[in-house]
Amino acid sequence: MTVTIYVPRDSGALALGAGKVADAIASEIRTRGINAKLVRNGSRGLYWLEPMVEVETSQGRVAYGPVTAKDVASLFDADFLSGGKHALSLGDPEEIPYLARQTRLTFARVGITDPISLDDYKAHGGLVGLEKALTMTPTDIVRQVTDSGLRGRGGAGFPTGVKWKTVLDTPGELKYIVCNADEGDSGTFSDRMIMEGDPFILIEGMTIAAIAVGATKGYIYLRSEYPHAERALNEALAVARKAGVLGKSILGSIHAFDIEVRMGAGAYVCGEETALLDSLEGKRGQVRAKPPLPAHKGLFGRPTVINNVISLASVPIVLDKGAAYYKDFGLGRSRGTIPIQIAGNARYPGLFEAAFGLTLGEIVDKIGGGTKSGRPVRAVQVGGPLGAYFPRELFDTPFDYEAFAAKDGLIGHAGIVVFDDTVDMLKQARFAMEFCGIESCGKCTPCRVGAVRGVEVADRIAHGVEPEKQIELLEDLCNTMKFGSLCALGGFTPYPVMSALRHFPEDFRPHPVREAAE
Amino acid sequence: MKMQSEDVGITARATSIVDEMKKLEGPLLPILHEIQNEFGYVPREALPVIASGLNLSRADVYGVVSFYHDYRDQPAGRHVLKVCRAESCQAMGGDEMADRLRDALGVDWHETSKDGAVTLEPVYCLGLCACSPSAMLDGEVIGRLDEDRIGEIVAEVRQ
Ligand SMILES: Cc1cc2nc3c(=O)[nH]c(=O)nc-3n(C[C@H](O)[C@H](O)[C@H](O)COP(=O)(O)O)c2cc1C
Ligand code: SF4
Ligand code: FES
Repeated sequence: MTVTIYVPRDSGALALGAGKVADAIASEIRTRGINAKLVRNGSRGLYWLEPMVEVETSQGRVAYGPVTAKDVASLFDADFLSGGKHALSLGDPEEIPYLARQTRLTFARVGITDPISLDDYKAHGGLVGLEKALTMTPTDIVRQVTDSGLRGRGGAGFPTGVKWKTVLDTPGELKYIVCNADEGDSGTFSDRMIMEGDPFILIEGMTIAAIAVGATKGYIYLRSEYPHAERALNEALAVARKAGVLGKSILGSIHAFDIEVRMGAGAYVCGEETALLDSLEGKRGQVRAKPPLPAHKGLFGRPTVINNVISLASVPIVLDKGAAYYKDFGLGRSRGTIPIQIAGNARYPGLFEAAFGLTLGEIVDKIGGGTKSGRPVRAVQVGGPLGAYFPRELFDTPFDYEAFAAKDGLIGHAGIVVFDDTVDMLKQARFAMEFCGIESCGKCTPCRVGAVRGVEVADRIAHGVEPEKQIELLEDLCNTMKFGSLCALGGFTPYPVMSALRHFPEDFRPHPVREAAE
Repeated sequence: MKMQSEDVGITARATSIVDEMKKLEGPLLPILHEIQNEFGYVPREALPVIASGLNLSRADVYGVVSFYHDYRDQPAGRHVLKVCRAESCQAMGGDEMADRLRDALGVDWHETSKDGAVTLEPVYCLGLCACSPSAMLDGEVIGRLDEDRIGEIVAEVRQ
């Protein structure tokens, strides 16, 4: 019997040597003349254990990790192909507490299947949502998505079904589905993991969206920093076309739909939906004033659904299991599951999909295991470069859109970056301003000029030049940016800056005073 | 003259790229990507070709090229090293690793080393935040940058 060995093709695993591990395994298979097959799966998201190698044994899957190329020969010697004991044995991966405690709906297949095998996809429940959608009216599909409570996972949290309804209700011969795969937020990688680890779920979600609103063409706008995702998507798209999942007749129906991947060119602001559309049209990625909404006049002036990768990838499960099933997870107005990304100085960095409602403290301390450095956690930034820094005192905040907003923060794309007590919060505030300056699209003055001024002010504070006056200036500047900016780049940069100032004022005091206080 | 024949080569190649791709919806970025892929940068000589092929002004094309961080107006070194400077990597000592790399390679951000071996570029997140600090060398992803990895990178680009 052929044994199946899994080595991830996920960028995170590759960055830790998975490519060399796969090569070493292939060469051992050859020299030892073993009947084995190597599958390049997605990552389970347990990055401190990557590269994590799994074997399909008669007792089920058995994992080993973190494996280096040097360990490979000894794994074969230990008969890992039958689940043999080895220093790197992890046992059944599904029983590793980090994974066992998750609720994997969107990420149900990631790490388990071969990402570009449609047979694997179908064997693990894939395409059921699309098949159901094909038997429903567009209005019913949209209602399911609305009733599920799914909100946009790209950051703004806008109800997905409501957006789709607007496009459905807007007449137009040509409509588009655009997937926002720009994933520019630092501390986030869930879009990348889905695209590399289960691209068919995104294809299925986009196709359901197309049927729901009457679109015939889809684009995935992918950031250029993700070459491995580009490869996986294009491989999966080719398979989907060949199998008739995409094309002139979706699964034999009257619906036509196809998807193309388009690469960005390194501009954070192109993650903003209107800038993204301009970029797709071949222009500078500048933010458009709204209205008109993309739903009315989007790509090339046509009605357009634009959604984040995870929003779209969460749709198949809603159609498959029903709105009520999805909505049952979560709390308040935050329904379903959210793939939390634990990053930075964390002992157990990785992807943790769970229903909304865990507290920030549970996520950072219990799941993330505190810091990797072993020092105390001092601050965590939630929601990317435009998200607020939270101190320990706010660790009882539940992971929920409204609860975070009430604490002057945001969930954003659900990335959490952990910092230990060596962090300098003035430096972090300065960086937020610097980043805004580098990435500003230049359309409005508060953002373009404010960011540059913000860096200067932070530098003066650092040098102890009239600190009280400078702090006042910084607050003024943040106010101007918050209320005078066209989009959230200028408008939300005050979140990291002001949260750093509010929760860690000691870092903004002149150094002599700071030292005296210690 | 060599210069002239190079110009002609660029124009000819750019023309065929434009002809091939201009039927795409929103063809400008894909064309620019292809041109940078081909030449390693977007040569000035290619701009009028693109402009006339797409019915745009030269200023329009230049405006787009200069807007995006990815497009280069001159050739890069033999290797391109991108180092993440964003928050997750900062939390794991990324700034210090970047300083060491700059010292070891003798280049600052956006610069190419004098021997033409390497161009150093900052990036703001590579999606490798669960293995910070991270970098990308000629498209190959690198996680958990430390002194050993830095030594390997330096050796590789100096080869
Ligand atoms: C500066 C800026 C950057 C953004 N970057 C992204 C991004 O990388 N990915 C994303 O999905 N949404 C991003 N957004 C949010 C989008 O504008 C938009 O809300 C999203 O694409 C809508 O999809 P959703 O409703 O499915 O979340 C960004 C917004 C701003 C203001
Ligand atoms: S806030 Fe900044 S990025 Fe947003 S539109 Fe204004 S200038 Fe552009
Ligand atoms: S912040 Fe450096 S890889 Fe994401």
